[in-house]
Amino acid sequence: MKKNIALSDTGFLFNPSTGDSYSTNPIGLDIIRELKEGSSPKEVLKFIMEKYEVEESRIEKDLGDFIDMLKSFQLMDNNG
Amino acid sequence: MVKRKKITVGVTGLNNIDSPGPGIPVIRSLKESKIYEVRIIGLSYESLEPGLYMHELVDYSYQIPLPGAGVESLMQRLAYINSVEKLDVIIPNFDAELHNFIKAEKQILDAFGIKMFLPTLEQFDARQKSVLYNFGKENGIKVPFSKMIFSAAEISKLQHEFTYPMVVKGKFYDASIAYTSDQVTSYFHKISAKWGLPVIIQQFVSGQEVNVTAIGDGNGNCIGAVPMRKLYITDKGKAWAGVATDDAELIESAKKVIKALKWKGGNELEFIRNNDGEYFLLEINPRFPAWVYLATGCGQNHPEALVSLALGDKVKPFNEYIPGKMFVRYSYDMIVDLKEYEKISTIGEL
Repeated sequence: MKKNIALSDTGFLFNPSTGDSYSTNPIGLDIIRELKEGSSPKEVLKFIMEKYEVEESRIEKDLGDFIDMLKSFQLMDNNG
Repeated sequence: MVKRKKITVGVTGLNNIDSPGPGIPVIRSLKESKIYEVRIIGLSYESLEPGLYMHELVDYSYQIPLPGAGVESLMQRLAYINSVEKLDVIIPNFDAELHNFIKAEKQILDAFGIKMFLPTLEQFDARQKSVLYNFGKENGIKVPFSKMIFSAAEISKLQHEFTYPMVVKGKFYDASIAYTSDQVTSYFHKISAKWGLPVIIQQFVSGQEVNVTAIGDGNGNCIGAVPMRKLYITDKGKAWAGVATDDAELIESAKKVIKALKWKGGNELEFIRNNDGEYFLLEINPRFPAWVYLATGCGQNHPEALVSLALGDKVKPFNEYIPGKMFVRYSYDMIVDLKEYEKISTIGEL
């Protein structure tokens, strides 16, 4: 996750490089927070499974799609 | 608290309408100056420029002759205005009037002691749309390929050099995106009828438009630069809302342009960022943009810096600003006494 992305407690995201802003729901906020702190997608997966008590099979694809979306919005560094 | 220096500044561009002039944002910035206590003298061309009636911002106003009347009539009018107001600085804010003010800069200084901080005629001409491509080529700045055309007969040959869509631009103002040669022909006639020849054809670059308000000291140094991404665009292509972005590469591009031109004064640089993240310079406007107050809101008061440069006061380049600040424009109906309109219309003062 790019370090300069601003993220508020309400799930509002601002990319100061492009001026784009987004809003996300609480689970998206958790994922982005974890990514911002340097967690790998695997670590994020584990964190979400524990917090929301969901099976890996249910969350894995959604998380992958969400991260792909963050990449397409240019919110991720090249190294993830 | 430091005592502020009292100065009187003449400002044009009071047309705060749907395609607003930069005058009012420049004045708001000056009124917030921590260095200067500024008396503002509005210089208007028409009796319905809203700034004339904004008495909390504009202390007194005078009509001045339209640019087409030439330097001599401008000098005569300024002689009268200055005999009453003792102007320290004038900030012209219209593209169309700049040529006269640049030409008369020394004359105005010698005759009245009024200072300005304007680009030279060479700088003014070097950034004209018609020669911008060559400027970019010479200075390693990416500018979309463009060429001037002088007649509709040249349109059929454009397909050898350009791919559709292409942008058809007036030499001063106006731009339309054409997807077929019929559209190019139609825009060519429309634009040339309004702005004259040549018409500029520019290769269309798809991407996100970002603008920079900047100020150069005339020696190649950039005194300040704040980039803005338009968030809401009017049908005239003007930003009705925008956000200050933080993009080191864009700031560097702006500095490169200012250095290459040794730009003196305020300007607005219009860039487009293509999908590969490359910046292309589209235009250089030779004065502050109408959204310059955003820079002040972000911590870089460019109009104040311009006044300091004009007066020869010390100016420290701005190194930072607060990205993420936004501006949201609004319109507002002032109720004006007919007597005020009568006064500016008949005696040319208010």
